[in-house]
Amino acid sequence: MHAAAPGGSRTPNLDERVRERIKAYPGTITFHDLIRKNKRDSALLIVLMIALGVAIGAIIGGVVLPVGMGTIDAASAATSDYAKLADRDPMSDEFADSTDDIVDRAKPTRVLGADVSVLGDAAVYLPSLLLGAGVALVIGAGGAIWSYFQGANAILRMVHAQEITPELDQELFNVVDEMRIAAGLPMPKVYLIPESALNAFATGRNPENGVVAITTGLRAKLNRDELQGVIAHEMAHIRHFDIRFSLLMATMVGLIVMACDFFLRITLYGGAGRRGRDSKGGSGAQIILVVVAILLSIIAPILARFIQMAYSRQREYLADAGAVELTRNPEGLASALRKLSHDEEPLVDLANRGTAHMFIMNPLRKMRKSHQSVKSMFSSHPPVEERIARLMALAR
Amino acid sequence: MGIGLWIFLGVFAAVAVLLLLWLIAIYNKFVRLRVEADNGWAQVDVQLKRRYDLIPNLVETVKGYASHEKDTLDAVISARAKAVQTHDASNTGAKEMGQAEGELTQALGRLMAVAEAYPDLKANTNFMALQEELTSTENKIGFSRQHYNDTVGRYEEFRMSFPSNIIAGVFNFNKRDYFVIENEAEKAAPTVSFS
Repeated sequence: MHAAAPGGSRTPNLDERVRERIKAYPGTITFHDLIRKNKRDSALLIVLMIALGVAIGAIIGGVVLPVGMGTIDAASAATSDYAKLADRDPMSDEFADSTDDIVDRAKPTRVLGADVSVLGDAAVYLPSLLLGAGVALVIGAGGAIWSYFQGANAILRMVHAQEITPELDQELFNVVDEMRIAAGLPMPKVYLIPESALNAFATGRNPENGVVAITTGLRAKLNRDELQGVIAHEMAHIRHFDIRFSLLMATMVGLIVMACDFFLRITLYGGAGRRGRDSKGGSGAQIILVVVAILLSIIAPILARFIQMAYSRQREYLADAGAVELTRNPEGLASALRKLSHDEEPLVDLANRGTAHMFIMNPLRKMRKSHQSVKSMFSSHPPVEERIARLMALAR
Repeated sequence: MGIGLWIFLGVFAAVAVLLLLWLIAIYNKFVRLRVEADNGWAQVDVQLKRRYDLIPNLVETVKGYASHEKDTLDAVISARAKAVQTHDASNTGAKEMGQAEGELTQALGRLMAVAEAYPDLKANTNFMALQEELTSTENKIGFSRQHYNDTVGRYEEFRMSFPSNIIAGVFNFNKRDYFVIENEAEKAAPTVSFS
């Protein structure tokens, strides 16, 4: 059954493309299947992100020490014993076993009980590097904690949202109440954003502090069923703890970026020393390892961002499926998405990359214009046709 | 005593502790599901009462414009009285309530259909507010029922699965009824949309 799309007739193109995509799903598909699939996919992406972090940590950890060793003989602290060290293969077990006594005689630097003398001239920079990393970690953790507790208020202020009472819009309140009853959650606060753009978002670190916000433009344009679909989508975000998960993802991305940055700096500082030694002929395997590690630490932040965005897209699909679980009416949300997709001015100026994932449609103009109907690796939202197709696949 | 005996006792104790923890986990899941179902039922109850409270107002408003639709109005009043009675009676199960609520829903549906024929009534702001309230309350009854039934579904699935069914038997986690609002008209005729 092809449901007639009220208001969707302006672009028959969209419906054509949607109809094509619906065929990709089996006729018996239910929202339970979609929810299961999306939860599986997002779990996989979290595992991938953790694996990436561990891999980066392992490679950098494995490389930093040998790299440091390679740099030592050219450093001011180098002794003849260190020169001997540099000629051995730093990767062999025998090397590790026999270094202790040599290092001891070379008056090793000890930082917090750890032998850092092997880092050679990198050791000179190490305290400042550690300090830098420490400060970054504290700032990062502080930022994460702040956004956990204050992020909701900050974004609401940023978009000039105003909390409203039932008297101002009884229907909107009723719809929100209906959806939170269907989800078995406490009543969230309801905010209106004075914008003509068509958009809506949810925030709050847990269901007890949930907030749904909708622009006055979108509020005026939707009928009751469509409004119910949009609110259900936002309620699904709250119910799935998406604010918490996206914060977790952002924190992991931040840590990976920080680790890679730290590594790149340490190898660049140590670089001069290594070149000095290269003339004596270093280990080829070691140099290749260093090059690979450098390449990886350049690629990893991009990869991390890619996983983060893929995760964000999965959560959008999950919220769509979760909305159908609440309303049992996929056509309401699909019809609302059709209206949203015609909008040329989504909340542009008041949203940024950090808050984009919380909206029902990507609020960034640049991202939307070019990526709205294209599968992009770096878009926080899936293409709208695909979302509509998945919803309509449920309505057959 | 040999060391073998000690190893045996140690393994035995470890297995016993694990088994106990596992039993506790199953028991606690039962309790959680039961509380969730109770909460769900309380939500349904709130909405049913809200509907009882709305009806006298609605009947009065309709009477002012369409007093000669006496049969329809009386049907609503008596269906409400019956539903309230069933609701307040002790030991009423979800099944009996579903029947009474179904009759009330039907009577209300007929009343709203009749109201369509009176343009003055439809334009009355009081009636419009009542209509939105009633629509929303009916939706809330539906959604709270959906949530309650989903929870009961999970409870029943867990209650009947092996091995949790053994725990259910030992600790008297009894069967729970789904809340089905019987609506004969729904099967026969298309429902009236208020929106």
